[in-house]
Amino acid sequence: MEYSILIIATPLLMFLFLGLLGGKMKPKVAGIIGTLGMTLCATVAYTVAYQYFFQIGKTGDTWTPAVPINFEWLRFTDHLHIDLGILLDPISVMMLVVITTVSLMVHLYSLGYMHGETGFQRYYALLSLFSFSMLGLVVATNIFQMYIFWELVGVSSYSLIGFYYTKPSAVSASKKAFIVTRFADLGFLVGILILSYYTGTFDFANLTQDNSALVVNSFAGKSFIGLSLATWALALIFMGGAGKSAMFPLHIWLPDAMEGPTPVSALIHAATMVVAGVFLVARLFPVYHFAAPEVLTMIAYVGTFTALFAAVIAITQTDIKRVLAFSTISQIAYMMVALGVSDFGGHDGLGYMASMFHLFTHAFFKALLFLGAGSVIHAVHSNEMHAMGGLHKYMKITSITFLVACLAIAGIPPFSGFYSKDEILAAAFHNHQAIFWTLWVVAGLTAFYMFRLYFCIFWNRPYSPHPLTPSPQGEGGHHHKPHESPWTMALPLIILGVFSIFSGLIPFADFVSSDNQPFHTHIDWTVASMSILVAIIGIGTAFVLYFKESRQPAVLAQKMGVLYRGALHKFYLDEVWMWVTQTVVFRYICKPIAWFDRHIIDGTMDGIAWTTQKASTSIRGLQSGQVQFYAWVFVAGTILIAALVLFL
Amino acid sequence: MNILSLFVLVPILMMIALFFSRDMKTIRTVMVAGASILVILATALTVMFFQERAVSDAEMLFVSSFKWYPSLNISYTVGVDGISVAMLCLSAIIVFTGVFSSWNMPMPKEFFLWYCLLSVGVFGFFISIDLFTMFMFYEVALIPMYLLIGLWGTGRKEYSAMKLTLMLMGGSAFLMVGIVGIYYASGHETMNLIEIAQRHIPIEFQRWLFPITFLGFGVLGALFPFHTWSPDGHASAPTAVSMLHAGVLMKLGGYGCFRVAMYLMPEAAHELGWIFLILTGISVVYGAFSAVVQTDLKYINAYSSVSHCGLVLFALLMMNRTAMTGAIMQMLSHGLMTALFFALIGLIYGRTHTRDIREMGGLMKIMPFAAVCYVIAGLASLGLPGLSGFVAEMTIFVGAFQNTGVFYTAFTVVACCSIVITAVYILRTVGKILYGPIQDKHHIGLPDAAWYEKVSVVVLIIGIAFLGMYPSGASNLIYDSLTPIISKLALL
Repeated sequence: MEYSILIIATPLLMFLFLGLLGGKMKPKVAGIIGTLGMTLCATVAYTVAYQYFFQIGKTGDTWTPAVPINFEWLRFTDHLHIDLGILLDPISVMMLVVITTVSLMVHLYSLGYMHGETGFQRYYALLSLFSFSMLGLVVATNIFQMYIFWELVGVSSYSLIGFYYTKPSAVSASKKAFIVTRFADLGFLVGILILSYYTGTFDFANLTQDNSALVVNSFAGKSFIGLSLATWALALIFMGGAGKSAMFPLHIWLPDAMEGPTPVSALIHAATMVVAGVFLVARLFPVYHFAAPEVLTMIAYVGTFTALFAAVIAITQTDIKRVLAFSTISQIAYMMVALGVSDFGGHDGLGYMASMFHLFTHAFFKALLFLGAGSVIHAVHSNEMHAMGGLHKYMKITSITFLVACLAIAGIPPFSGFYSKDEILAAAFHNHQAIFWTLWVVAGLTAFYMFRLYFCIFWNRPYSPHPLTPSPQGEGGHHHKPHESPWTMALPLIILGVFSIFSGLIPFADFVSSDNQPFHTHIDWTVASMSILVAIIGIGTAFVLYFKESRQPAVLAQKMGVLYRGALHKFYLDEVWMWVTQTVVFRYICKPIAWFDRHIIDGTMDGIAWTTQKASTSIRGLQSGQVQFYAWVFVAGTILIAALVLFL
Repeated sequence: MNILSLFVLVPILMMIALFFSRDMKTIRTVMVAGASILVILATALTVMFFQERAVSDAEMLFVSSFKWYPSLNISYTVGVDGISVAMLCLSAIIVFTGVFSSWNMPMPKEFFLWYCLLSVGVFGFFISIDLFTMFMFYEVALIPMYLLIGLWGTGRKEYSAMKLTLMLMGGSAFLMVGIVGIYYASGHETMNLIEIAQRHIPIEFQRWLFPITFLGFGVLGALFPFHTWSPDGHASAPTAVSMLHAGVLMKLGGYGCFRVAMYLMPEAAHELGWIFLILTGISVVYGAFSAVVQTDLKYINAYSSVSHCGLVLFALLMMNRTAMTGAIMQMLSHGLMTALFFALIGLIYGRTHTRDIREMGGLMKIMPFAAVCYVIAGLASLGLPGLSGFVAEMTIFVGAFQNTGVFYTAFTVVACCSIVITAVYILRTVGKILYGPIQDKHHIGLPDAAWYEKVSVVVLIIGIAFLGMYPSGASNLIYDSLTPIISKLALL
C-alpha cells in the first residue's frame, strides 16, 4: 500500500509547482494542471479505499489499521518523537474518499466559477495546499502529526478566505478565522502536552489500544482543581476541535469565512476542514470514552446547544451563504452530539457510526448546496436573497440539484441525509431524552430554513434584478438575464447530486464502528417517522410562507420582536468578541503594557543616563584647570584632615 | 592552519582588501567573494564536524591553542561542538545575506569595513573556548555597532546608538567582573572553558557570579527589563545591521548564558534559575503584547524579538535536554526569520520611505514578490509547521513540559499563550500593509525587489524552510552536544 503516499504527495507537488511557476503560465493551464493532479489524487484514493475495504482491511471480523508508511521526523525525548506517516483505517479511508471527491468537484467547478479572476494560479496553488494539508490530517498516525496538519489547514483556510485580499472585509474575516482557531489550538496544544507527558506517547495506536488502558492507567489518581487530569487534557484537546468545527462559542469565525470564494466555502467550510474537530474526537473516541466520559457528556451538551442556536440564527439570515454557514454549524453540531451520546462497542456504538455517517453524507449535500449557491451567485452577482427569486425558470440544473440537496439535508427518505440523521436521532433517543427532543426540533428548523432558502431563490416572485444591488457587469443599468452555468460548474452539481441521493444507501455500520467490528443497524421506525413528520412540517411551513411572494414572513418577524432581532444579529456574539478583543485586550492590556515599557522601563534607563549626565555636569566645574583653585582645595583639605586628626 | 581560525581571518582579509578598493564594483566583489567564502567554510566545517564526530568523542573538536598572555593564562583557544557549528552556519548565512541587503549603501567602503569588523567579533566569539578571548571578541562585535548605527542609521540615530552601546557596555561590565570572578574562583590557573568546567567553583562564589554573568549576557539576549535598547536600536539601524544584530548578535547573549553562566555554574543555575525564569516568562508574553500595538514595522519586529529571544532563555533555564535543544533551534530559527523580516522591512522602507503601518496598504499588488516573502516570514514567526519557528517552539514546549512542578508547568502554559498573541500581531501587520486597498497613491508603480534583494531573501527563506522541514539534522547536532552540560546538571 506504499503507493498511498501519492495521495499526499500529489497535492503537495501541485502546490509547489503552481506556487512557484504558476505566475509564468496561462491561468487556464494552471487550472487544468491542478484539476488533473487532483484527479490523479482522487483515483489513488479510490483505489486505496477499494483495496482497504474489500481486500486487506479485515482480519477475521475486525477492521485492522494499516500503516504503510511511518518515519521519525523529529525526536524530542527518549519516548516522545513526532512521526510522519500514513494510517489507514475505516474512518481515515472514508475521509480520503470524501476529501478527494469534494476537492476534485471543487477544482473542476472553479475552472468555470473563478474564470477571469486575477490570481487564478494562486487560487489553484492554495487549493492544492489545502488538499495536501487536509489529507495529511486525516491519515495522521499520531496526534502531533495531526496538530501539524491542523495548523496547515488553518493557514490554507486563512489564505483562501482572504483570497480577495484587496477587500477589507475579506482580510478581516481571514484574520478572525485564523486567530479564533489559533486560540482554540492553544487548548489543543496544551492538551497534547499534558496527554503526552503522562502517557509518554503521541501515537494514536498506543493511546487507543486495549480500551485506552495506557491513558487510564497513567492518569489514574491525578487531578487538578477537582477534575481529573485526563479530563483536563481531553477537554483541552476538544477545545481545539471545537474551534475548527465552529462549536459555540468559538463558531464566530465561520459565518465571516464566507467572504472567501464560494467553491472554497464548499470545500473547506462545509465538507472537510470544519469536520476536522469531529474527526479528532472520533479518532480519540476510545480515549474519551474510557478515560474521560464526562468530557463526552460535555461534548453532547455543547453540540446540542450549538445545533439549536445555529439553526435559529439560520432562519433569519438573508445572505444565502450565511444561511448555509449556520446550517453547517448546526449539522456539525449534530455530528458532535452523536459522538457525545455514543457508547462503545457493537450496537451501543451507534452514535459513533452515525456521526461518521452523517459526516460522510453531509459532505456531499452541503458541498452541493454551496456549489449550487455559487452557481446562483454567479448568475445574479449577489449574495442577498431578496435579489433573487424565480430563478427556477432560468437555471434548471442548479434548481433541481439544489432541491435534491435540500431534501437530503431535511431528512426526507430515500435521500442520504435521512439515513444518517435518523441514526443520530436514534442514538440520542436511547441515551438522553432532552437531547433527542432538541435535535428533533432542530431537524424541523433545518427543513424549514433550507426550504425557505430554496423557495426564495428559485420561486417566490419572478426574477427582476434588484435595484439596490447593481450587477458589476451590467454597465449603464443594463441587466442580462441570468443563465445556467457552464458545464464545468454544472457537472460537479450533477455528480454531487447523485452522491447526495445514493450515499445514504451504503451499509455504513459494516465499515465504520466504534470498536472496528461490523454490526447491523436497522431503521428505527418510531424515530424515523417522527423525524419525517417534523421535516414535512418544516417544509410545509416554508412552502406556505415563501413559495409565493407574500407579506406573511415580515409580519411574523414583526411579531417575534426581540427573538427575531436577536437571531438576525446572531445574538450579538460578534459584538461581544469584538469588545473583548478590541477593548479588553487591545486597549486595556496591550496599550498599557506598551506604555509601561516606553515610559517606566525605558524611562528608568533614560533616567539613569540623565542622572549621570546631570551629576557629571554639576561636578564638572571642579575640574576647571585653574591651578590656584586646585591649590586652594589642596590646602583646605590638608587643614581639614589635620583638624580631624587632632580633634578626634 | 586550523579551519576555525579562518572564520576570523577571512573577514580580516576582506577588510584589508576593502582598504585598497577604490570603486563600488570592487567593494561589492570583495564583499560577495568574502561572504561566499564564509558560507562555503561553514558548510565545509559542518561536513568535517560530522566526520570528526564519528571518530572522536572529545567535547570540543578542532581544538587549537596559542597562549598570548601567559601571566594571566590568557590564550587564543578555539574549538567547536555541534552548537557552535550551528551558530557559525547561522552567522555565515546572515553575513552573506546582509551584504546583498546593503547593496547601495552610502560610504560603502567605511560601512563594509565596520561590517567586517563586526563579523570578526561574531565569528571569533563562537569559535572561542577561552573566556577572555571570548570576551574580547564580544567587545569587538559591540563597538562597530555604535558607528554603524550612528552614521548610517535613520531617525534618532545618535540617541539610539548611544543607548544601545551604553546598555550593552553596562552588560559587559557585569560580564567582565563575572569572568574575572570565575577565573579566580576556579583557582586562577586557566581561562579555558572546558578546563574550568572540570574544576569546581565553590557554591558561595557561584551564588553571585552566576547572576551577574547571566545578566551580563542576558542584556544582549533582550532579557526583561534590560531589553529597551533593542526597539530603539533596531529601529534606527540600517538594514544589514539590524539583520546582523537581531539575527546573530542577540544570539551571542543566549549562547553566552548557556556556555558560560550555566555550563560553568550549574549548581547556582539550579538554585537561582527560577528568578530568571520568571523574567524570561515575562519577556515572552510582555514582548508579544507590546508588539500588538506598535505602528512602526521595526518596532513590531523588535518587540517580537524580545518575545522570541525570551523564549530562548526561558528554554535554557528549563535545564533539560529537550528544552535546551529547542532553545538552540529557536536561536537559529529566530536568527534567520528576523533577518528576513529586517531585510524585507529595509526593502519596503527603501521604496515607500515610511515604516508606519498606518501609511501603507495593498503592497501585495505593488510588490508581490516582497509581499509574499513577508507573508512567509510572518508565517514562520507565528509557528507554521514546515517552517523553522514551529519545530523550535514545539521542542521548547514539549521540553519545558517535562519538568515536573506546578511552577514550571504554569510558566510553560503562559509561554504557550504567546503563539496566539504572535498570530495577532503578525496578521495585523500583514493585513494592514500588504492586503486591503492601496493606501497611498504614490506607492503605485514602486518597483518590486531587485535581484540582489531577491538573493538575500531567497537564501534566508531556503534556510527557514530547510530547518523547518528537516529539523532532525539540526536537532541531532545540538542534542548530542548537550551531553556534557546535561551530565553536569544530572549530578545535582
